[in-house]
Amino acid sequence: MVAKQQALRRETRKTRTENQRLRGVHGGAPKSAHEIDRLIHERLRLGIISALAVNDSLTFNELKNLVKTTDGNLSVHARKLEDAGYVTCSKSFEGRTPKTEYSLTAAGRRALERYLDHMEALIGRMRKTS
Amino acid sequence: MTNRLIQPLPDQPPALHDRAMDNLRYIRETMERASAFTAVPGWGQVAIGFTALTATYLAAQQTTAGGWLKTWLAEAIISLLIAGWSMDRKARASGTPLLSGPGRKVAFSLSPPMIAGALLTVVLFRFGMTSAIPGMWLLLYGTGVVTGGMYSVGIVPVMGICFMLMGAVALIAPATWNNWLMAAGFGGLHIVFGTIIARKYGG
Repeated sequence: MVAKQQALRRETRKTRTENQRLRGVHGGAPKSAHEIDRLIHERLRLGIISALAVNDSLTFNELKNLVKTTDGNLSVHARKLEDAGYVTCSKSFEGRTPKTEYSLTAAGRRALERYLDHMEALIGRMRKTS
Repeated sequence: MTNRLIQPLPDQPPALHDRAMDNLRYIRETMERASAFTAVPGWGQVAIGFTALTATYLAAQQTTAGGWLKTWLAEAIISLLIAGWSMDRKARASGTPLLSGPGRKVAFSLSPPMIAGALLTVVLFRFGMTSAIPGMWLLLYGTGVVTGGMYSVGIVPVMGICFMLMGAVALIAPATWNNWLMAAGFGGLHIVFGTIIARKYGG
């Protein structure tokens, strides 16, 4: 019983440390290749980047429907990605209706590729140890 | 239980592995949804299915091979117009250019088998082998849908495989089955899969 508790404690400590590392202590893009990109690790931002990766551009409404979120949420998260240089946003008018379109930048595509590599490496490491 | 406790713990906790798998799954699903968004007009396919059923009825009334072929050629033109219109409508609704990204890939993948089908139709008709035409059409259309569907949601290539199977049956079945197989393929499969796509993938 004691051994079980110790093992559980050890596992919890490890998970906590790893989660802290995953969450990142910095606010922007990773500082080293081994760090998770916190900007796109967040679920909604990951969805935006993934959707834009397979389309030349997507409108605000398309993105909102694809990632199933509200106008406010999408604006905030898209803005963060825009500030990081991962997406570009262009505003225009179609008749009298304003139209906002998002596209993925080369930096954004590289960030997604790095993130995918990172996830695959984590899974690979886990498979080796199990 | 004791055996489990004395085993060394893995370097990474299982939760991390699951989370990474979950993230990859989420990325794939989002990409699939995003690709499908502009490429597949589900209700357009349903409409094409109904015009194909009408064409089957009209073609069955024809007494000559030429009349049968003309009926289906007219249906092919109507289907192309419906497909173009419904894709354009879907693209406009989402504010995406019609031939951008996945839409363009689908069009390029679908075109070669369609061109091959048109050429083979001329050859088979010229040599009086009209009974082979329905099987060839179903098979080649299915091939185009499978290759084009690789850029879309999983159900699209499944629809293509169904068309290919129906084409294979038409090629070996008696010629009297041809009208029924055309109705089941271009009519039935379009209506069934079109409805599923429209309901699950946004129109």
